[in-house]
Amino acid sequence: MEHATAPAAWIMLAYLIAGVCFILALRGLSSPATSQKGNRYGMAGMAIAVGTTMLIEAPVPPGAFLPQPTPADLATLIRILIAIAIGGGIGFVIARRIKMTDMPQLVAAFHSLVGLAAVMVGWAAYLNPIAFGIAGADGIIEAQSRIEMGLGIAIGAITFSGSVIAFLKLAGKMSGSPIMLPGRHVINLGTLAAIIGLVGWFTQDQSVWVIGVVTALSFAIGFLLIIPIGGADMPVVVSMLNSYSGWAAAAMGFTLHNTAMIITGALVGSSGAILSYIMCKAMNRSFISVIAGGFGAAPEAGGGEAKAQRPWKRGSAEDAAFLLGEAEQVIIVPGYGMAVAQAQHVLREMGDQLRAKGVRVKYAIHPVAGRMPGHMNVLLAEANVPYDEVFELEDINGEFAQTDVAFIIGANDVVNPAAKTDKSSPIYGMPVFDVEKAKTVMFIKRSMGGVGYAGVDNDVFYMDQTMMLLADAKKMVEDIVKALQH
Amino acid sequence: MDFISILSIFVMACFVGYYVVWSVTPALHTPLMAVTNAISSVIIVGALVASAATGSIGSSWLGLGAVVLASVNIFGGFAVTARMLAMYKKKDKPAVKAAVEGAK
Repeated sequence: MEHATAPAAWIMLAYLIAGVCFILALRGLSSPATSQKGNRYGMAGMAIAVGTTMLIEAPVPPGAFLPQPTPADLATLIRILIAIAIGGGIGFVIARRIKMTDMPQLVAAFHSLVGLAAVMVGWAAYLNPIAFGIAGADGIIEAQSRIEMGLGIAIGAITFSGSVIAFLKLAGKMSGSPIMLPGRHVINLGTLAAIIGLVGWFTQDQSVWVIGVVTALSFAIGFLLIIPIGGADMPVVVSMLNSYSGWAAAAMGFTLHNTAMIITGALVGSSGAILSYIMCKAMNRSFISVIAGGFGAAPEAGGGEAKAQRPWKRGSAEDAAFLLGEAEQVIIVPGYGMAVAQAQHVLREMGDQLRAKGVRVKYAIHPVAGRMPGHMNVLLAEANVPYDEVFELEDINGEFAQTDVAFIIGANDVVNPAAKTDKSSPIYGMPVFDVEKAKTVMFIKRSMGGVGYAGVDNDVFYMDQTMMLLADAKKMVEDIVKALQH
Repeated sequence: MDFISILSIFVMACFVGYYVVWSVTPALHTPLMAVTNAISSVIIVGALVASAATGSIGSSWLGLGAVVLASVNIFGGFAVTARMLAMYKKKDKPAVKAAVEGAK
């Protein structure tokens, strides 16, 4: 299997088309109506990229038009097809079985696979550089390729170990609270500097120990970077790792001079970076402070003694059903607690009943309502809530003043007015829903004791127009549905 | 291809990515992450080159391993994205249309 020195024009063109398909795949996501077509473009792009690679790797003897494989080549082909079948089968079954509430950990797990695959491809290129066309017959790898390879392996390894930790935290297999090592900033910066230095050294010395240490240190830093980050910041982390997996693919694309990989890497890299930015903004946190970690560690002492018992009103399902049925417009604000309680289906049933009574029902989604960007939208879509009833924060926030009932289920911090008024609050500056402007606020909560992720009290509990519905979210909504039927 | 042309493609693609991703509706950010995951597995191209090449047994096996991992992602990523996107529905005229959809 000889590698052509310069790839033929059709090959370059095919990879370019694959890259364009990937752009169209993302473009399709600008609206749910075009999204499925977009996804098919993505599949087509992948098929073109894989098909082209298979074709150019098949040996075509001079003068012949079709490849004439030897038995050894056929054995290779069969091995590859088996590998694709194993991986594809596993992936397909997982995709079919996964629960929508578990999407964040699935995405984290998938990121880790991209990272590990990048490390393996990087090592494969290191071990057999001639096959990748990045070394002369003497096996000396070009300096530029060494940098690209080193960076690809480093980013891939960071993506892998970081995603494994993110997966464990999201799946609840590891405590979500931050684990703080003493002197971790010094350790992290030192490790990063060592990785960069060694990649530089790699251009001078092609020895296996250099790239080996780069790989090991990168695995370590991915782990060290993610363990101090708390559960509340996981949406940012998942987006960030999404970005890294893209940069790893791009670095490998540079090594292999492959346009499809470079375009994809750039797309995925910017996508993850933008999502991280959106998540940070939605929590009013700087990217640096998220990466530095520690948020949501121990709730600060103090404040506890000052907390006087304030009066609040408790409502029953019947009271709630009556007020909801009389309302003109109801805005439902769901949070992750709703998904934990698996209340989305019965919530949609409640929405249907209210609509049958002539009530306008809208859903208001905060960017950090779920465990990853857009997570809550998927959960509502799964419960058959039409997407044109679901609104983003900035599109609906002006409507609360004309709303009869704001119905808060499983959310807390995202409706806390302290974010607007209390400069000392840990969530100060975070954009929140103006639920306090609604005529009536209904707040479903398990008990008065628990507080949100950020560990702050919420003034909305104690307002005159607030009705606290203390129960399991699913049970409470079921009771409201029953009461509405009478 | 020389380094500068590759770099140009990369830089241009970053800009394209920036504008395309900002145009993605926030409601579809989770499918966006799932599909970017699937397409970043285009790294399978490198894995295929490695597994098909002769000359280093270690390299071919690493390549085959990477083919398995990337395939999990490609098939899993596109399938889970398709599954999510199929759930996004517009408000429809109740019963009748729902029955039609159900019959499909």
